[in-house]
Amino acid sequence: MEIDPFIFRLSIFILSIFIGYYVVWSVTPSLHTPLMSVTNAISSVIIVGAIIAGLAENSEGIFNTSSIFGFLAISLAAINIFGGFLVTQRMLQMYKKKKKDK
Amino acid sequence: MMSANLSAIFYLISGVLFILALRGLSSPETSRQGNFFGILGMIIAITVTFLSIGNFSNGFVYVLIFLIIGGLIGTFIAYKIPMTAMPELVAGFHSLVGLAAVFVAISAFLNPEAFNLGSTGNIKIGSLIEMSIGASVGAITFSGSIIAFLKLQGIMSGSPITFKGQHLINLLLGLSIIVLIFYLCKTQSDSLFWRIIGISFLLGLLLIIPIGGADMPVVISMLNSYSGWAAAGIGFTLENTALIITGALVGSSGAILSYIMCKGMNRSFFSVILGGFGATEQSSSPQNKEQKPVKNGNAEDAAFLMKNASSIIIVPGYGMAVAQAQHALREMVDTLKKNDIKVTYAIHPVAGRMPGHMNVLLAEANVPYDEVFELEEINNDFANADVAFVIGANDVTNPAAKTDPQSPIYGMPVLDVEKCKSVLFVKRSLSPGYAGIDNDLFYRDNTLMLFADAKKMTEDITKNL
Repeated sequence: MEIDPFIFRLSIFILSIFIGYYVVWSVTPSLHTPLMSVTNAISSVIIVGAIIAGLAENSEGIFNTSSIFGFLAISLAAINIFGGFLVTQRMLQMYKKKKKDK
Repeated sequence: MMSANLSAIFYLISGVLFILALRGLSSPETSRQGNFFGILGMIIAITVTFLSIGNFSNGFVYVLIFLIIGGLIGTFIAYKIPMTAMPELVAGFHSLVGLAAVFVAISAFLNPEAFNLGSTGNIKIGSLIEMSIGASVGAITFSGSIIAFLKLQGIMSGSPITFKGQHLINLLLGLSIIVLIFYLCKTQSDSLFWRIIGISFLLGLLLIIPIGGADMPVVISMLNSYSGWAAAGIGFTLENTALIITGALVGSSGAILSYIMCKGMNRSFFSVILGGFGATEQSSSPQNKEQKPVKNGNAEDAAFLMKNASSIIIVPGYGMAVAQAQHALREMVDTLKKNDIKVTYAIHPVAGRMPGHMNVLLAEANVPYDEVFELEEINNDFANADVAFVIGANDVTNPAAKTDPQSPIYGMPVLDVEKCKSVLFVKRSLSPGYAGIDNDLFYRDNTLMLFADAKKMTEDITKNL
């Protein structure tokens, strides 16, 4: 009997929840805000779905109802990707240690 | 065109890079590298998607155009946003992830062939369930985050909006979504799919309106978690490993943050969700209402106390963010340090409007992060410190949380500022904090109240030092 591929994806999902659990507990509380902005950015990897949707031509041509939603989703996700990573970068650059030479 | 197996491996790599991105945040030194891993993971995921479709015709140009439009907007926001507005920004970003999930689910529903999910009107049952869940959670995230955003921006009142039967309505809406998904699987009907999304939008709205402004740290973390689950739902639909891994990571990250925030307030997650804190109850206050004497000081008094101290602990709160006093505060501390006074910062887990809010503001003002301590790390030091400088915080210092079982905040971990030799409170007025309870500290002999705008007061103190 073959195992449904869904079960494999479910396994990845469950194991990733555990990885997330342990990794996030080790995040220092002072970086919780950057944590939120970076998780924002990475969850926008949903853009891969949006790209597939946008590139799917059908009989109606490039712009059909389905692909228009795809294109809009691309823009939304792109705002998040660029905004999320850059604002995280900006925040992280501010975290500085005490200067030793004083 | 890339083979499906090869692209799956690349998606896995980008998932691993995302794990490393979060892992990097365990210390400020490794965090920048972590962020770089995240960016790399994203570039890989997007490139692989293009290669695996292999269609570089007209559609490709439009994809790039929309990508660039979004990218420019995102970049612009990232550089323009002031650090004090970070909670609003994060809420706004959550809403975009939610909406993007809804849109992707809609396209998949309308054009299942493109995603290999069967044909219109005959979509695989499993995929149908996955995309409905993704769309529904996405819609809840979207409308909930919009409400959170409006409350944080002050466009909508931060006080909880409650009405009778609220929770029953939410429960019914939630159940009806499940029933509709069930029927959607049986009939594949468009109208049911739209209805699921519509009800989810409404549910997100209703879930967040009863939650008060000061519970926002929990709400933002919770919506963070939702946006992850929405992404994971879509990941299952698209059979995409990167998206499943990321969704799970973000989902559990948000859940942990909500848990930490709830613990910081000693409230159960459930009671925060049910909302209405601060607007209701407060029957215990009337007998305390008579005017008790407070010691009212000015900048000179405060400066005098500080100059004669050898160690000072600063307790920032939301009021500091509102007054944008972080730079003025750091200048004051610089002056103090020149006089060989030891200064540290104590941060309560729920200070501000989102997890880590105060830390970011202090970092913006160039406060070195190794002078900033969490509650457990510093709480024992108050007994040895000369002055506690409480700027824009209130409830997180209230000793009633330790002594008065009647108090609504009883059991909440608080900073033991009352153990300091003297306590300085910078506050606009005597008004209670969000919990609506009086702070006994205001009336103690060793407390000096400084009624003023946090920024102005801090600047005045610096002048007097």
